[in-house]
Amino acid sequence: MGADSIEGTARLDTATTPARLLVAGDWTLAHYPALQRTVAALGAPLAVEAAVDFSALGRLDTAGATLLAGLLGARRLDALAAADGSLPAARRALLRLVDQALESWETAAPRPRRVPAVLALLERIGRTMAALWRQQLLLLGFIGLTLQTLARVLPRPRRWRPTPLAAHVEQTGMDAIPIVALLTFMVGAVVAFLGATVLKDFGASIYTVDLVAFSFLREFGVLLTAILMAGRTASAFTAQIGSMKANEEIDAIRALGLDPMELLVLPRVLALLVSLPMLTFLAMLSGIAGGMLVCALALDVPPAMFLDMFKQDVGVRHFLLGLCKAPVFAFLIAVIGCLEGFKVGGSAQSVGEHTTSSVVQSIFVVILIDALAALFFMEMDW
Amino acid sequence: MSAAADARAGAGAAPAVIEVRGLVNRFGAQAVHEDLDLDVYRGEILGVVGGSGTGKSVLLRSIVGLRRPNAGQVRVFGEDLLALPPERRSRTERRFGVLFQRGALFSSQTIAENVATPLIEHAGLDRAQAERLAAVKLALAGLPASSADKYPSELSGGMVKRAALARALALDPEILFLDEPTAGLDPIGAATFDRLILTLRDALGLTVFLVTHDLDTLYTICDRVAVLARKKVLVAGPLDAVEATDDAWVQEYFHGPRGRAAAAAHPARS
Ligand SMILES: Nc1ncnc2c1ncn2[C@@H]1O[C@H](COP(=O)(O)OP(=O)(O)OP(=O)(O)O)[C@@H](O)[C@H]1O
Ligand SMILES: [Mg+2]
Repeated sequence: MGADSIEGTARLDTATTPARLLVAGDWTLAHYPALQRTVAALGAPLAVEAAVDFSALGRLDTAGATLLAGLLGARRLDALAAADGSLPAARRALLRLVDQALESWETAAPRPRRVPAVLALLERIGRTMAALWRQQLLLLGFIGLTLQTLARVLPRPRRWRPTPLAAHVEQTGMDAIPIVALLTFMVGAVVAFLGATVLKDFGASIYTVDLVAFSFLREFGVLLTAILMAGRTASAFTAQIGSMKANEEIDAIRALGLDPMELLVLPRVLALLVSLPMLTFLAMLSGIAGGMLVCALALDVPPAMFLDMFKQDVGVRHFLLGLCKAPVFAFLIAVIGCLEGFKVGGSAQSVGEHTTSSVVQSIFVVILIDALAALFFMEMDW
Repeated sequence: MSAAADARAGAGAAPAVIEVRGLVNRFGAQAVHEDLDLDVYRGEILGVVGGSGTGKSVLLRSIVGLRRPNAGQVRVFGEDLLALPPERRSRTERRFGVLFQRGALFSSQTIAENVATPLIEHAGLDRAQAERLAAVKLALAGLPASSADKYPSELSGGMVKRAALARALALDPEILFLDEPTAGLDPIGAATFDRLILTLRDALGLTVFLVTHDLDTLYTICDRVAVLARKKVLVAGPLDAVEATDDAWVQEYFHGPRGRAAAAAHPARS
């Protein structure tokens, strides 16, 4: 395949009778496009009666043999196999083999044609809508299945699985502490800056304290944590379960008479139910700390005064309202992550698609529920 | 081109395309290879045998440059792959075809695309040309036309092996590395497979590094056999020489019930 390779040629010499086909040079993959043009110019399979002269043939590989077999046609190859011309037996065998292979594929049914683009688009829209609807049913079913499994396992302490539960709490909770704390701290500082700037015009910049406190206790603490968990944990759940599915591990679990819901889903759901509320609490603290820092630096409100105002203005009910959303979010994020994992097909691409889908869905659900909850709490005057 | 004749004339005559010297491979505390030497000569079919977990696959991975050995040297075409600059290394790697033990097909492509991909990437063919060649390779490997548009997850175990062979053959390599190609094939398929390898070797002068547990394959197509045991190549040579080796494992392997049956089925060789 180096520079010393001579491009293959095929030439029909009609001066002699019968005509002679001169095959020369290297018939290899490296020269495939040129060889294909040569063969097409001669017209494959060769129609005229011609003797074939292989004496100048250099290298030959399966790519070249494919073209050569096409050029010579089955009948001539049969003749070639019987007689021994200028071609060694090994190469005749290769040509025959390739020819048989070609034949077996060409006599087979033609491959289905592709549909036109417009129809494909319509089909895709239809499929997406149907999938969206099916997805909702599936999610409801899966939630039911999870709760059912939980109800079955809870009364039997022997079937509790503390080890995987602890491992998942560590992965989803402990390991997320730095990122949650840092992120909410910064958002807290930003909210405080914003409050200070806007409220100054009304001479009410001291109420920045209330702004930070209310927003973090009621909304931002839990919402930011849930969104982070959706990105971090839902995707991890989907990828873990999805690769197990692609690798037939889920089938193996079933075949061993074990329940993948109990083995894989329950520990993950329970772990997130433990860690997300704890992280939410941490997020509230660190967001408020961020606000407190900005207040101390930019507004000359020392931490002691900040805390005083906090105690005075902010009731514990806001904290509870925020925190009560955490388990709901945790459950939904975990369930969506696991369900998408189970929906993975056999390919790596499918793992990627469902991981994306699980993050998008869980963020969407979290924000939707949060908005509904905000409406409800407002109507209830809580 | 008389590579086939070379191989039959005796391994000593042809130049070594793969030279392994003093290879050491360790995983943590576990040593898999300890000072292992092996030569593979141009145009031969070398059968590599050994018990499960003796490091055949690891040896294959070291040779094709997927694993950096802890010590020792591997030369392929006279070059140390791991020391080559990326461009030259890629050019050398194109002269290999590898069939991995578990197939390692690209799961998000159909098997026709699996075979066409290297053709498009490396040989500079357009899609139509690549698909036609891919069809030939798949047919050579014994797959029906109806399977071309299937994804790897939709294939049976034996079909995966065949598709992986078709992909290994895609670039018409000079060295073919096969890791247990006939495991999971039906006996008829395995025999066809053996004949295919032999035909290709004779016509193209391929060098074949064949890891196998299939005694029939050993008896039918291998020119030489290398036995891996106790972290080394215990013995490498023509089958009769290896069979006669005075080692408990080798004796058990070739003269156990299965070995005897396979030997009896191929009296011409043994
Ligand atoms: N990535 C890895 N990490 C740790 N150990 C490994 C790794 N790959 C292989 N091993 C170990 O190296 C040894 C040799 O493995 P290898 O896959 O080469 O066996 P093999 O000879 O191919 O066996 P088989 O015939 O069953 O395929 C085994 O003991 C295996 O546990
Ligand atoms: Mg192996």
